Amino acid sequence: MLASILASGLAMGAIYALIGITYNTMFATSRVMSFTAGQLGMLGGVLGSLFMLRWGLPPVLALPLTLAAAALFGVVTEFVAVRPVLKSLEQHLYVLSTLAVALLVQQVVAIEWSTEPQPFPRLLGIGSGVWDEKYWLPVAACAATVLGLEYLYRRTLVGRAFVAVAEDNYAARALGLPERNLRIASYALAGAVGALAGFAGGQLLLAFVANGPLLNFYGFIPVALGGLGNNRGAVIGGLALGLFQQAANFLAGGIFASVAVFSLFIVVLLAAPQGLFGAPAARRV
Amino acid sequence: MPTVAEALTPAAAPARPSVLPSLLPFLGILGLAALLPLSGNEYWAMIGTRAAIYWVLVSGLNLVVGYAGQLAIGWVALLALGAYTASVLAAGNLGGAPWPAFLATAAAGLVGAAAGVVVGSPALRLRTFYFAMTTLGFATIVTQVALAWQDVTGGGIGLPGPAFPAPFDTAWGFYYLCLGLAALCTWMAGNAARSRFGRALVAVRDAEVAAEANGISKPRLLVTVFVFAGATAGVAGSLFAGLQTYITPEAFSFDLSLLFFISILIGGRGSILGPLLGTVILTLLPEIAAPLAAWSTALYAALLLLIVLAIPGGIAALLDFRNRRPLESNRAIATRPALLGALLPEERRRGEGLALRGIVLAFGGVRAIDGLDIDVHPGEVHGLIGPNGSGKTTTLNVISGYYRPQQGTLALGGAPLPAGAPTLRAAHGIARTFQTPRVVGEESVLDNVMLGGTVEGRAGFAEALLALPRQRREERAMRERALAALRVVGLESLAEARADRLQHSELRFVEIARALALRPAFLLLDEPAAGLSTEEIRRLGALIRAIARQGTAVLLVEHHADLIFDICDRVTVLNLGRVLAAGTPAEIRSHKEVVSAYLGG
Repeated sequence: MLASILASGLAMGAIYALIGITYNTMFATSRVMSFTAGQLGMLGGVLGSLFMLRWGLPPVLALPLTLAAAALFGVVTEFVAVRPVLKSLEQHLYVLSTLAVALLVQQVVAIEWSTEPQPFPRLLGIGSGVWDEKYWLPVAACAATVLGLEYLYRRTLVGRAFVAVAEDNYAARALGLPERNLRIASYALAGAVGALAGFAGGQLLLAFVANGPLLNFYGFIPVALGGLGNNRGAVIGGLALGLFQQAANFLAGGIFASVAVFSLFIVVLLAAPQGLFGAPAARRV
Repeated sequence: MPTVAEALTPAAAPARPSVLPSLLPFLGILGLAALLPLSGNEYWAMIGTRAAIYWVLVSGLNLVVGYAGQLAIGWVALLALGAYTASVLAAGNLGGAPWPAFLATAAAGLVGAAAGVVVGSPALRLRTFYFAMTTLGFATIVTQVALAWQDVTGGGIGLPGPAFPAPFDTAWGFYYLCLGLAALCTWMAGNAARSRFGRALVAVRDAEVAAEANGISKPRLLVTVFVFAGATAGVAGSLFAGLQTYITPEAFSFDLSLLFFISILIGGRGSILGPLLGTVILTLLPEIAAPLAAWSTALYAALLLLIVLAIPGGIAALLDFRNRRPLESNRAIATRPALLGALLPEERRRGEGLALRGIVLAFGGVRAIDGLDIDVHPGEVHGLIGPNGSGKTTTLNVISGYYRPQQGTLALGGAPLPAGAPTLRAAHGIARTFQTPRVVGEESVLDNVMLGGTVEGRAGFAEALLALPRQRREERAMRERALAALRVVGLESLAEARADRLQHSELRFVEIARALALRPAFLLLDEPAAGLSTEEIRRLGALIRAIARQGTAVLLVEHHADLIFDICDRVTVLNLGRVLAAGTPAEIRSHKEVVSAYLGG
């Protein structure tokens, strides 16, 4: 049992961590927490299933197509729900505008796709038992994403520009960085990362419209625990959440697991509103 | 003095406005709703009942979302809790005899009130998005527990709702019951919104720092409205279960939560009528556009997006005709220091001085204040000048409690004043203005000024809800005093205008009027002359002198050296957080170091 708790816990944790990174990537360039993060994960599963099972495309083609479509959705989100409300960030209108976009996507998928969970195909056919690909694929995807982002942020010019905008928007603009284009790019990147989570975890989560709100919530917990904008915190928080949730699931049953996760989340948040690895808030007066 | 006040009161000053025009839309809606049975169609009774029940919940939630600005998107959790509480008690599932429906409804209200505090309390510590997420989590958890706790809730199969006795057991009878409760909730929510609690909620939303300076404690205030919003949601839940006759966890979907939330936003923040119309419209929409029923969530979402992007003010802004009339363009601020006597009577508490001793405040390695002693005496204007970064505003913030110094003491008339705790300052008679005026743009100028009197309100939230005599008396007095303060600064003709339509210089005087409405023993002014014209500065100077002559101690931070030397009795010059010089204006003007460091030769 310990092995299956570990396997499914790490797999789910990796998915949550990836959604957390999706939140962070969008937040970094826009200071906006977007309700579309979980929907991107849902889209990853639904689009993957659509491309492979309904259209019969091979995974090699389906993956880039899925990521591209989700990246496009990310860009649309930026144009429709983020850019217009950036001027009045302190009014928190983004909570409402991104919520609206997320709900629109969810309803379209529910009606045009299905409200029931649909199958997601095996991708490589490697492994069985606790070493089944459905367990290690999300972990591999998460590791690849983290390494890729580290490389991007540290070694490439574009990545450094990202970091600059995330650190200090005004200063970055004063230096002549194309802040708007970087923001669009970060939403595309976030779209791809979110969809990768859904695609890699498709065999666990299936192509299911209800994954949207679910991932929205469980993907937010690592962000809240790890501190806003902190990817390493999100990975640690995500894996811890996955393990805790699966352990509670195996030991005490599903409902208890959700209640336990939620209670823990509230307690930790109230005790440390900045997250366990976050920085304290700025001065107000 | 009152005779002078009367003589100088311009005819245009707003008297107590008649409440009838603002009541008319509500009476119209109620009248239409009461006539609904004429349709003779019981299907409409069901729709009408549903709208009334939703409004019972939304009327409370509106204070949380529309007034306090807390994004509680999962409030359906409380509807579910109320529905299950009433149903379980009415069915006797917890053991014991089945409860009568009305008693079960009251219990649902109580449970809702308690749960409202639980669901709402994270808002006291968390940021917006975080709070929205936690309420969402509660909504999920409540349905999951309802599913799992089969012995009591019937699990996925559900259980019957409470059956209300005659004459409420027919479709139209139940409709009138719900309509009556909806009308009652409208009245109570309206009373609360127009009381000092309503003003404080909006202030917490839009000008939190100013709210603290006026003695408003956000946690206490929010918990109070969470109790109310939870109670109305609990009662609505019981009625909802009665209407459904049978409830399952599926009935409490996130879509329903969204309907409540979006009704308020479509209606407009800080309004009762707007969200009422929003609730009615959103309840009717899927019925009128039947083919769209499957797309109702998408419809709500599209509406939400439209509202946020195109008309952030919602229906209320569309209906706000009064604020579309242009304001007089050629306005001058005519201060009337002579009227101060009516506002600040001589018998006020005075004779207490404010003393700062050895204050040290460091931000990291920077010592913003480094061993500061200052005494501010009643009846004196004390100027605080110095170059940028010398610690002037920081000193004000220490006095107002926003910063807690690492060393040193504050004392008020010999008694120590606790460091930190900004919300306790107003009760000590300490009022202040800010470098950038912090007013509530979406409220009227008069409401902004009335905020200054908040701390003196004694009537509790329950009294405000029911508009009991003490509440009405206090409200009248507060209003009179705010108008008097506006006359002193010469802005009474703009009392009913939305504050965000005023010019910058006028907002400075609105802040002063708000501070005067507290009838302060101490007035802290942070660069009040910044951005004013020469003539306005002259009037401001005369006003400040007059305020001090009434016995108020004034501490004035300013860069206009002329103003300082004109009106101050005492001047302290700061440099790098230390006192460079202190004395009368004449002494300072001839002080060598000050002249070379700050004033310029």
